[in-house]
This record gives sequence, C-alpha cells and structure tokens, in this order.
Amino acid sequence: MRIIKDKKISDDDWIIARELDDSAPIPEGKVILPFTYWQANCEELLKQDSIHAIWIDGDIETEELSEDLKHFSIVGLDFPAFKDGRSYTHARMLRDRYGFDGELRAIGNVLRDQMFFMFRCGIDCFEVSEGKDAEEALKSFNDFSVRYQAAADDAVPIYKLR
Amino acid sequence: MYKYDNYDQTIVDERVAQFRDQTERFLAGKLTEDEYRPLRLMNGLYVQRYAPMLRVAIPYGLLSSEQLRMLAHISRKYDKNYAHFSTRQNVQFNWPALETVPDILADLASVEMHAIQTSGNDIRNTTSDQFAGIAEDELEDPRPYCEIIRQWSTFHPEFSFLPRKFKIAVSGATDDRAAVKVHDIGLYLVKNDAGEIGFNVIVGGGLGRTPFIGPSIRPFLEKQHLLSYLEAILRVYNRYGRRDNMYRARIKILVNDLGKEEFTRQVEEEWSHIKDSVLKLDQKEIDRVKGFFTSPDYDNNAADDTSFDEAEKSNKAFSNWAKRNLFTHRVAGYKAVVVSLKAPGIAPGDATDEQMDHIAALADQYSYGEIVVTHDQNLVLPNVKQADLFSLWEKLSEKDLATANIGLLTDMICCPGLDFCALANAGSIPIAKQINDRFDDIDYLHDIGDLKIKMSGCMNACGHHHVGHIGILGVRKKDEEFYQLTLGGSAETDACLGDRLGPSIAKEEVADVISKLLDVYVEQRQDEERFLDTYRRVGITPFKDRVYPKTAVKEKAYANN
Repeated sequence: MRIIKDKKISDDDWIIARELDDSAPIPEGKVILPFTYWQANCEELLKQDSIHAIWIDGDIETEELSEDLKHFSIVGLDFPAFKDGRSYTHARMLRDRYGFDGELRAIGNVLRDQMFFMFRCGIDCFEVSEGKDAEEALKSFNDFSVRYQAAADDAVPIYKLR
Repeated sequence: MYKYDNYDQTIVDERVAQFRDQTERFLAGKLTEDEYRPLRLMNGLYVQRYAPMLRVAIPYGLLSSEQLRMLAHISRKYDKNYAHFSTRQNVQFNWPALETVPDILADLASVEMHAIQTSGNDIRNTTSDQFAGIAEDELEDPRPYCEIIRQWSTFHPEFSFLPRKFKIAVSGATDDRAAVKVHDIGLYLVKNDAGEIGFNVIVGGGLGRTPFIGPSIRPFLEKQHLLSYLEAILRVYNRYGRRDNMYRARIKILVNDLGKEEFTRQVEEEWSHIKDSVLKLDQKEIDRVKGFFTSPDYDNNAADDTSFDEAEKSNKAFSNWAKRNLFTHRVAGYKAVVVSLKAPGIAPGDATDEQMDHIAALADQYSYGEIVVTHDQNLVLPNVKQADLFSLWEKLSEKDLATANIGLLTDMICCPGLDFCALANAGSIPIAKQINDRFDDIDYLHDIGDLKIKMSGCMNACGHHHVGHIGILGVRKKDEEFYQLTLGGSAETDACLGDRLGPSIAKEEVADVISKLLDVYVEQRQDEERFLDTYRRVGITPFKDRVYPKTAVKEKAYANN
C-alpha cells in the first residue's frame, strides 16, 4: 500500500482487515485489525511476540481503547466519507488526552484537501487512495503557513506570537 | 474596526491560492464534481438554480467604506451590478462565472475580506448586534469577542467537518437585536453578582424544519474560558451530533434528544479536561483585540445643534424618516442611521453598485467610514451627527435609500426564494412585491407601526419566518405555490416561535390576508400596543376567525384535499 508518512511518500506492507469476524483465526502477517476483533481476542493476541495495530471508526469511543493504547504501534482512523468528521476528534483525543505517541493512520476516503486538517489533529500517516497522485497530495501540507489555533502541530495559538 | 496584520493577511492570501488551485484542478478534470463540491462549498460557492452564487463573509456585519466600494466593484466587474445582503450579515453575488471566483477572492483579499466558511458544515460567520459599540443599552461591545471567535474558528482543524453548519451569535445589549436564542450557540454578555462581566451561554436554538429557542447551559462563563467552553461544546457535538439524516443533524436536535441537563453534563465533563489548557484566553489578547474597537473622536458639542429639530418640524417626509430610520446613540447629538434596502420594487436586501458606492461615500463623509449590515437586511451608518442628518437624508433619497420604513410592515426579511435558490418551494420576492404594492400608503404603515414580517421560500427558514410577528412560509402543493402563515413569533429578548394561523393560502391571497390580520389588530389594539402585543393579549382566535370564516374553512379543506 502507498502511504504518506511524516510528509514523505513510501510503500508499506501493513494490510487493513476491513471485515474480520470476531471468531476468525488470528491473521498472519502485518494486519491492522478492527478494534472489536482486538477486544474479542486480545488475550490470544498479547501472547504473540509481535507489534499490534488496530483501526476504529466514528462509532467507537476513544475512551474504550484508552487502556489498550500501550499495546498499539498503529491506530487507524477511518474516514468513510468526506462529511464524517468524527475521526478528527478521535485523533485529538488520542494525542492530547491519552498521550498516544504511535502512528495515527488515516484510512478510507482520505482526500488531499483534508490532509492539512488531519495532520493538524495529530494524524501522521495517510493511506493514499487508489488513482490519486501522492506527489500532488504532498503539496497540501503547505497550503497554509499560518494557523490561528494551537493543535497537534502548534503548541500555542498564533496570538501569543503577536 | 479590526485591521489585519501579516498573519491574517497571509491566511486569506493563501486561501485564494488554494482555491485557485482547486478550481483549476476541477476545470482540468482532475477533480470530479463530487470531489469539488465540498471544496467550493467551504468557500461559499453554491451552484444555484441559474448560476453559481458566491457568499462573502462580513464578520459581525462590519464593513469599511473601502470594503463596500470593493463589493460594488465586484458586482460591476463579475456580476450583474448588484449584491444581496443576507440575514446572516453577509453579502451574496448571484451571477459570477465559476472560473472568475478565484479572481473575486483575490480582490476581496486585497481589502481584508474572504469567503471562508460561508457555507459547508463548519463554523460560520459570527453575527452580532448591528448597533454594537454605540447602543445605549449595551453592557459591553460584543465585537472583540466575535473577532476572537472568528480567528479561533477559521480553519479549525477539528471542527471543519461537523454534522451540519454551525452558527454563533454574540450580543452585549439588554435588547437582543442579534436573534441570539435561535443560534447553535448564542452568547449574551452579562454581569454576575460580583460585578464581573462574562457570558450567558445558550445552546441549541435554531429555525429550519424543527425550530427551537435555545436553553442557557451556563448562566455565567468567565471571559478567559470563552474558547475552551466553545471547544467543549463543539467537541460533544462533533462526536454525537447525528450524521444519518441532514434534517436532524443540527446541534438543537442533539440538545433536545439528550435533554438540556445531560447535554450540559457532557459539555462540562469535556470542559473539565481542557479548561486550563492553552485554550485559556490571555487578558492581553482580549485587550489587544478590544483596542481595534475604539470610539471615534466624537464632537462634544454635537448636541448643541438645533437644525435637526427644525427640519423635523418643517418637513413631513424627513420627519417620517427620522421617526423610523434613526436609532438612539449613546453619545448625545449623534444617531445611528438605518439605510433602508427595502424600497418598494426591489428585492429586500439588494443594493446596486451605484448605491453601494454612494453609501460608501456617505459613510466617509458622515460616519467615520464604517457601515454595518443588519440581520434584517438593511445597512447602518452608526455614527452620524444630528446636524448632518438632513443633508444625509437628502443624499440617501437621491438613490432611493431613504424609505421611511424601518421596523414597519414593508421592512420585510425575505430569502432569495424560488427566483434564485435551488432549495426553494415557492417565491419570496414576488410576495414581497405583492405586499409592497398593496401597502403603499406611508401614513397607514406608520399607523400600523412596528411589525416584523419574515418570509422563507421553504422550510429551511433562511427568512426566519418562525420568529416573524407575521411569518410567511412558502410551500408547494400539486406544483402550485401556497403560503403558510404564523403569528406571534419574535427573535428578540422575548424570543418565541409563531403559532400556525391555519391552512395555507393561495399566492394571490397573501396581501389580502395580511390586510385582514391588520384590520383585527387595528380594531383590537389598546393604547400603544404593537401588533405583537395585541396578538399576545387577544390570542389567535380573532385573527383566525377573520381569515377563515367557519364555512370557508370547510370548503378550503375540501378543496385542498
């Protein structure tokens, strides 16, 4: 899968398990699991000597995974449609409230013109949708050189610099 | 007024570049219509019935004469020589070509203006009292807080893709002239028992299909917590607001579904985590922004003038205008002047390029170069010496801008309706014309006095019909336009929703029905009662009986069946 990580394009071998029955056997290899699968199988999974990755959508509360965050190297955040903005709050909660310092990966319908906002909320990795130009998408990080609010990228609001 | 520094200017300039790139990608076929739509919408660009419509932000309604001249220029260069001022204190251009919009935005940026977040599911332009800064009943000027909110909400990374649009209004006066209680968040500046000034926070008001008067969820919020509290409300809304049905997606539905207590609990719980974070406002910043909203150098002797009284006595037309179109100023010898955009024969809120240039010149000459857009679609010159009023009136009259009808029947609020809007079910502008044609006797209008008619061409309620003393809602039945009337609404401090009068009426009957309603008022009124006061005292029955005589109701019900 092509991704943009830390504002650079790279290839990556993680696979997202979009649908996985809770009772299915643990998949081989580097798989980003649905959080519900993790909840159902975490004892088994924790016995494995591997790094863990899960993804959530807007219906899952970040509070539910706060205790488990220490086990995850990647948390995928789903953006099913342009209009569903819940994962922006997810990202801020995971970074600001729960101090998650692993990778936050935007998955799903990741649009170039939203990456600026996603990055500001603490998302550092982006799945590049098929057929989209990753080089072009990189430019969007430079859309705005000034930002009014403090967020994951700026520690203080701009007014403190005035 | 607020002046951009390098930071502010950079943001609007970079926005122009970004939108130019997005539009070029769309025109080159690299973005599909579906992908481009949300991008243009975040820039106030709609595709309407006949052409695109560009909505430009006027933060809290405040314009400099230079900015108003630029709007005139834009209407001339890119549009059909007029612009429409909206109930959101914004301005709309109805006929720009899509490929010229980046150039329009560049022209706007050259005078510190933009179209950022004038549509889309984000935090929209913060609105306020058109008499902010000069009203006698004002506790504190709300505009610095509007500007602080504007900056905080501009490209907010977390709240740019909310379940639905989000509108905030702020008022600092005893009389609410900003319809605060029908906003997603309404803020009243209030004083607590200790004499400190803070905010009474109202959440979940709104009009549209499901109108609500918003409840207060925190009677007193210290100013330093303004942004953290707004952020807590928005975060709860972004997480839990409905996204499955766009008609149930506004925060009013969430507040109503959860109940005020539970909603408040969730906000307070979220707030407890962030209230002492970097969101806490510095007093230094409040003072810095306040520094932009200082009083002009008023003439201490302005009240010595006697020419105003004399002109009022000797000129009936001037005195009619002075009675309706002036607002008391906190400084003796000054008035705020309402420039009526409700002349008969024009769509309410429209101004031509010539009129805009003319008003800009008058603002420079008489009112320190500032103009305010009101939420009832007129313009205000806020600081005029009474000695100048007569010559100002004469000059406004030259361009048909001195209709003496502010607050009267013909000072209607009206959405663009079927003539422009893709959502509308029925026309609004033709009804405004019908009413203007019918009620053209100025003495009668003045006798009827304060009356707010508000009209929307569909249930989305851009014309605020629910809170009109008389509300008119356009509906469609078997492909014909009908109108549903409500009585007794108010958007002011005593905010309430109007009551439905009865079955909807045919298009050609609207002015007749209003005439019957006014007859009942004239027969029933006592002393100085306004229409609304009489309605509240006598109730809906006498009005209903006049409009729908018993037998006729049956026939009508049958006919509509």
